[in-house]
Amino acid sequence: MKKSKLFAIIGGLGIATLSIFLISADHIDAPAVTGTKADITDFYAFQGSNSSNFVFAANVQGLLAPGAPTEQATFDETILIEFNIDYNNDLKEDLVIQAIKRGDSMYFFGPSAPAFSGSEGTKSTISTSAPNSVKISTKADVQIAEKNGMKFFAGPREDPFFFDFNKYNEVLAGTASGFDNPGDDTFAGKNVLSVVVEFPKSMLPNGTAGVNPFAANTPMYNVWVETKRKQ
Amino acid sequence: MKTFKYITLFAAITTSLLFVQCKDEDDNVIINATCNDGILNGQETGIDCGGPDCLPCGEVLDFSGTFIQEDQMGRPGINTVFGTTGFKDAFNVTVPSEMQAAFQSKFQTNLLTLNAGYTTNALGLNAEVFTTVLSNDVLWLAQSGITTYFNGTEILTGRTLSDDVIDVSLLLIFGGPGGTDNPGLTSDGVPANDVAFSSTFPYMAGPF
Repeated sequence: MKKSKLFAIIGGLGIATLSIFLISADHIDAPAVTGTKADITDFYAFQGSNSSNFVFAANVQGLLAPGAPTEQATFDETILIEFNIDYNNDLKEDLVIQAIKRGDSMYFFGPSAPAFSGSEGTKSTISTSAPNSVKISTKADVQIAEKNGMKFFAGPREDPFFFDFNKYNEVLAGTASGFDNPGDDTFAGKNVLSVVVEFPKSMLPNGTAGVNPFAANTPMYNVWVETKRKQ
Repeated sequence: MKTFKYITLFAAITTSLLFVQCKDEDDNVIINATCNDGILNGQETGIDCGGPDCLPCGEVLDFSGTFIQEDQMGRPGINTVFGTTGFKDAFNVTVPSEMQAAFQSKFQTNLLTLNAGYTTNALGLNAEVFTTVLSNDVLWLAQSGITTYFNGTEILTGRTLSDDVIDVSLLLIFGGPGGTDNPGLTSDGVPANDVAFSSTFPYMAGPF
């Protein structure tokens, strides 16, 4: 009874509002970015296999089918992909790693202090430091660049996201009472365009302790990714 | 004056150190720092080009211009789940330091719409605290140790590829204080990706 009430509430909100609920971690999350080359699908930040390193990964342009849709998907030279790092917990970016396509390569800048931060942080200019670059990979030609302790990759990857989105839609529509176990991964067999950078933790100042109440003694960084379009 | 100049130079080198493109690691850092300064210096053969450290002069690229934000993401699914029609676009172009003031109460309303019976969740967070944490849409990343959204032990210390972020989100939204409420809604039954991840860079599997 309680459960059916809950479903009724969810269903009552209507397809228009909630049919894209969790379609992916951030896939087509808002009208203005949906279907554009600025649409972020996922962001990952984790310790590398070398525990002295961090790895940042941004995926854009999700739900690419294998074959031509993936082969023809390209990064946009007017779209800046920017990883933001706040180390003193004021939620304002202290350092950024920027990535943008030129020609057949992806160019990476930083980590370096951004020209604009905090309330001005919706605006960016590209760092004046010299870039690192990696040739953009294809399925057949995988390119990884290594420079100054950093590693760089840009190109198509298998979408690492997993979720039984179809069953979720059925739940929302009231045609299923809950998820199946096992479920069916709606994102299986789909690709995305990825930008991945690995860099030594030593490139960052220390993080701040007390930020995460579940790991209060561990210094934390606040990190996020943005896409920005050239004006 | 001269000392000040050196301090400035040192600061410039320090901030840009290690991020510059240099072929022989440490030695040419000073030269590298000038590849975009608009003057011919270091071992450049033209303004900001040529030499061992800058891009070849025929390939100088234009990185100029101002870029304006279109999309933003910290934690997985935040705008998708808690953003609703009318402010999803606004959320994507709001800086994290201003998100809480703009969106926390809206998130709380939407949480209680999704789960009218919400009291607290498995992390012990009531609706206001939970949506306060989530409305600041940044991902916490631990400086040291395991980085995971949730692995049974560590909580919100990063996000790795294999983390089942959907189940974590469903559990925290629908699972109640013990994680046992609404059992049909707290896991989607897909605990892992369809393809194995790599232990080496770039970690994600090749495309289909």
